[in-house]
Amino acid sequence: MLAWTIYLSFAGAALEALLPRRNAALARGLALAVALAGLALAVLGFAAGGANHFARVVIADAMWVPSMGIRFTLAADGISLVLVLLTGLASVAGVLLSWNIELRTNEFFAFYLALIGGVYGVFLSGDLFLLFVFYEIAIVPKYFLIAIWGSTRREYGAMKLALYSFVGSAMVLIGLLAAYARTGGHSTGLVELAAYAHAGALPVSFQMWAFPLVFVGFGILAGMWPFHTWAPTGHVAAPTAASMLLAGVVMKLGAYGCLRVAMGLFPHGMDPWGFSIIGIGSWRDVFAILAVIGIVYGALAALAQSDFKFVIGYSSVSHMGFVLLGLMTLSAVNTIGATGAVLQMFSHGVIAGLLFAIVGRIVYERTHTRDLAELEKMHLSRRLPFAAWAFVVAGIASMGLPGFSGFVAELQVLVGSWKADPWWTGAAGVGIVVGVAYTWRVLQKAFFSDTHASLHELEAEHKHPLAPITWPEVTGVVMLTAASLVVGLYPRILLDAIEPAVKALAGGMQ
Amino acid sequence: MNFADLFWVTLPETVLEITALLVLIVDLGFLRKAALNLRIGVAVFVGVVGCTVAQWALLHPPAGLTLPGSHDVVLATGGSAGVAQAAILALTGLTLFLLIGTDFTRHVGEFVAVTLMAATGGLLIAAAQDLLVIFVGLELLSLGLYILAAFAKQSGKSAEGAMKYYLFGGMSAAFLLFGFSYLYGITGSTNLHRVMLGLWMPNAAQAAPLEYLALVMIAAGLGFKVAAVPFHLWAPDAYEGSPAPSAAFIASVSKVASFALLISIGTAAWHVFDGARGVVSIHVGFVARPEPVYLGFRVAWSELLMVLAAASMLLGNLAALAQTSVRRLLAYSAIAHAGYMLLGLAFFSYGPRSAQAILYYIVTYGLTTIGAFGVVAVVERATGSDKMDAFLGLSKRNPMLAAVLLVLFLSLAGIPPLVGFWAKFNLFAAVLGVYPVGAGLGLVILAVAMSAVSLYYYLQVLKRAYVMPAVNEAPVKAHPITMLVLLVIAALVVVLGCFPGLLQGWMANFYAGM
Repeated sequence: MLAWTIYLSFAGAALEALLPRRNAALARGLALAVALAGLALAVLGFAAGGANHFARVVIADAMWVPSMGIRFTLAADGISLVLVLLTGLASVAGVLLSWNIELRTNEFFAFYLALIGGVYGVFLSGDLFLLFVFYEIAIVPKYFLIAIWGSTRREYGAMKLALYSFVGSAMVLIGLLAAYARTGGHSTGLVELAAYAHAGALPVSFQMWAFPLVFVGFGILAGMWPFHTWAPTGHVAAPTAASMLLAGVVMKLGAYGCLRVAMGLFPHGMDPWGFSIIGIGSWRDVFAILAVIGIVYGALAALAQSDFKFVIGYSSVSHMGFVLLGLMTLSAVNTIGATGAVLQMFSHGVIAGLLFAIVGRIVYERTHTRDLAELEKMHLSRRLPFAAWAFVVAGIASMGLPGFSGFVAELQVLVGSWKADPWWTGAAGVGIVVGVAYTWRVLQKAFFSDTHASLHELEAEHKHPLAPITWPEVTGVVMLTAASLVVGLYPRILLDAIEPAVKALAGGMQ
Repeated sequence: MNFADLFWVTLPETVLEITALLVLIVDLGFLRKAALNLRIGVAVFVGVVGCTVAQWALLHPPAGLTLPGSHDVVLATGGSAGVAQAAILALTGLTLFLLIGTDFTRHVGEFVAVTLMAATGGLLIAAAQDLLVIFVGLELLSLGLYILAAFAKQSGKSAEGAMKYYLFGGMSAAFLLFGFSYLYGITGSTNLHRVMLGLWMPNAAQAAPLEYLALVMIAAGLGFKVAAVPFHLWAPDAYEGSPAPSAAFIASVSKVASFALLISIGTAAWHVFDGARGVVSIHVGFVARPEPVYLGFRVAWSELLMVLAAASMLLGNLAALAQTSVRRLLAYSAIAHAGYMLLGLAFFSYGPRSAQAILYYIVTYGLTTIGAFGVVAVVERATGSDKMDAFLGLSKRNPMLAAVLLVLFLSLAGIPPLVGFWAKFNLFAAVLGVYPVGAGLGLVILAVAMSAVSLYYYLQVLKRAYVMPAVNEAPVKAHPITMLVLLVIAALVVVLGCFPGLLQGWMANFYAGM
C-alpha cells in the first residue's frame, strides 16, 4: 500500500506534464489531490505499522536486474514510516503554499511531484541500489524548480545545489560499487549487504575508507559543515514550496542515507583508529565535531544575516547539525541520541517548512522584500497579524521550547551526546543559546518594530493594504504547526516507531 | 570453407550491399525528376528495409567461418560479434531516419548507399578475427565515413571537418597497418588467436620491445577510430562540420564497430593469457577468483588502455565545459564516453562479463547520441545555428523536442533511471570485479568524478531549453517522422533504463547461441 505513495507521485508528475498549459487551476487541483493521497497513504501506512509494532516490513519485492542480483525491494521500518509521514505532510503543505504559482503551473507541479516521488522512494527503499536511483532522481527536479521559479540568484543557487548533490551522490556511488564488488556482486539488498558485512566480507580496513566516503557523500545533502554552503544559497534562491521541501525533506534524505547506508552497512568505520590526533580518535569524533561546528556556525551565521530567508537557511544548517550529532552518538549501548536525531529530522522538517512558508510565501509575496531593514519599517505585526503570530509560534518551536517537537528531539540528542562526550553537549548548548538570539532578533526586526510608527505612516498603510491571507496559506500553516505541537505534547506517537528501528541498527554495530 | 559457407556467414553484409545497389538503382534510375522529399523517403525506406532484413539474417547464425585446412576462425558469429552486428544494423537504420526533412544534398541515393556500405565495413570489423580482414573492414568503413563527413558540399565546415578526418584517418590507418605487420612478423600469423599464442611466452615478465612498438602503433590506430585522447583532434571538427546524419553515424555506428574490434582483441588476448593460467570463469563470482599474474602483452596492453582512458575522461569532460557549440560539446562528451569504455577494456575479464558491459555501454550510447544529433539537427534547421543559445526557450518553442533532449542529455550524464546510468554502473562494476581492485578503483573514482563534472555541461544546454527566457518565440518545427523516431529513441532510453534486464537478456541470447 505504501508503495503507492511512490507510484502515485510519479504518475501525477507525468500527468501534470501532459496537462494543457493554460489551465493552472486543474494543475493545482491535481497536485493537491496527489499530495493528499500520498499523505493519506502515509498515515494509513503508519497506523498499519503501529499495529505491527513497527517491525521492518517488505512492501514490494521483485527481481529487477537478474544478471546483477539487483532487486526492486521496498521495505519500511519505524524510521522510514516517520519520514514518509513527514514527506506526506510537507508535500501537502508545499502544494498549498504554491497556490499562487501562475508561471508554467503544470510544469512546476510536474517537477514538484517527481521530487516527492523520489523522496518517498528513498525512504522506502530496501535495496541500496534502488535507494541510490531514487536519490539521484530527486536531483534533477530540484534544479529546475529553483532555476525556473526561484528568486535571488536562482541559476547560481540551482546549479550549485545540483552539483553539490551530484558530487555527493558520486561519492556514494563509489562506496556502493566497491561494496557490491567486494561482497561478490550477488546482491545490493540493504539487509543482504549488512549480512555480508557482518559475516566479514567487508573488512574493517575497507569500512574505514568506505564509511567516511559514503557518510560525507550523504552528509553534503544533510547540510554538513563545511559542505553546507549549497543550503543557504539554494534555500534562498528556491521558490517557497521548493525551499520547504529542500529544508523539510531533501536534507533528511542526506541524513537518512548517513544513518541507513553509511552507518548501517559500514558500522566498523566508526571504530577507533587506534591512535588519536588532538583528541580525535575515530571518524565518529571527526563527524561529531563537524556536526557541532555546524550547529554553532549555522546559528552564528543566522544571527548576522540581513536577508530574512538567509536567517532561516542558516538555521537549517544549525538544526541539521543536531541530527548529525545525534547520529554520531549511536552505539550498541547508546541509542537515545540517534532516536532524538530521527525525531529531529521530523521536527525540523515540519518547523523549517513552516518558517519558509511564512517568510517566502506569506511575507515576501506581499512585501516583495526580505531585507530585514526594509521589513522593519513595514509594521507587519499590525498589517499581517496572522503572519506575525504564526511566526511567533514557529519561532518558539524552532528555539526548542517545551511543548513543541524540537524540544523533545534536541533534548534527546543532547542526552545522547552527553553520554558519548560531554564536551560536544556543551558546545551544542552554545548553539541553542544563539538559536534563541537569532530567532528573537528576526522576530523583533521583521514583525514587532513598529513602536515608532508615525501617524503619517499609518495612514499611508491604510491606502495600500497588503493582500489578505488566503485559505491555502492558513491551512498549510495550521497543518504544520499542529504537527509540531502534537509531537511536542505526545512524542510517544513517533518514538514508539523510531526506537525499535534505531535499536535494530545499534544491534548491528556490535 | 567453401563459397556457400562464406555466403551464409556474410549474409547480413551481402544483404546490405545489395540494398545499397538497389537504392542507387531506384534513386538514379526511376526518381531523377521526383521531388527531393519523395526521393529521401524512398531511399530511407529501402535502406531501413535492408537493415531489417539483414537483422533477420543475423537471427540464426551459422558456425564461424574458418580457412580451409585449419581451425582458425576468420569471421566469428554470435556472441559479441552478433551483438555488435545487430546493434550496427539497428543504429544504421535509425541514422537513416535523420535524413528525412534535410536538404543538404541532392545526391540522396549516393548518401544512403555510402552509409550502407560503410555499415557493411562495420559488420565485417565486428566479426573479423583476422588482421587482414580487420584492416579491410576498417578501410571500407573509414572511406565511407570520409565521404559522409564531406557530403554537405556547400558548407566549408563540412569540407574542413572531412579533410581533417581524412588526413588523420589515413595516417592512423598507416600506423595500424604498421603495427599489424609487426605482429605478423613476430608471430607468423594474421589470426588474432594465433597472434596471441605467439605473443604468449611462459616466464616472460615483460613484453619484448618489438611487441611494445606494435602495441603502441595499434593503440594509436584504434585510438583514432574511437577518438581517444591524444588521437581525438579530428572529432570536434568532424562532428561540427558534418551533416547531422553523417555525424550521428560517425558517433554511433563507427564507434560500435571499433569497440567491437577492441573487444575481439581483448577476448583473444585474455583467452590465451588467462586461459593458459587456468583462471576460472566468472560464474564462480569474483571474490573466490585467484589473482592472475600479469604477463607481457597483457600488462602492456592494459597499461596503454588505462592511459588512453584516463586522458580521454579528463580531457573530454574538461574541454566540453568550455564549448558553446552543442555539436562540439557532443564531440568532447563522445571522447569522455570513449574513455569510460576504454577503462572497461583496460580491465577486461575472461568470459563475457566485461565484453557484455562494454557492448551494453556502446550500444546504448550510440542510441542516445543518434537521438541527440537528431534534436540538434532539428534545432539547427529552425535557427540556423548549433550554438547553445539556439536552444533558448526550446521548452516553449517545441515542448516535445525539449522533453526528448532532457531525457537524452540526462541519460548521457548518467542520471538514473535512464539507460546511460545502467551502462555506467554495469561497466564500473565489471571493472571493479577484476583483480587487483586497486588500480581499477582509482580509475573508477576518476570516472565517477568526471561524470559528476559532465552534469554541468549537459545542464548548460538543458538550462537554455528550460530555464532561460526565449529570445525568439517562433515554434521549432520538426518533421513528424523525425519527431516520431526521436520519441521512440527517448522512450527506449527510459524503458531500457527502467527495465535494464531487457537489453541484457537480449544480449545474453547471443552469447547463449555461441
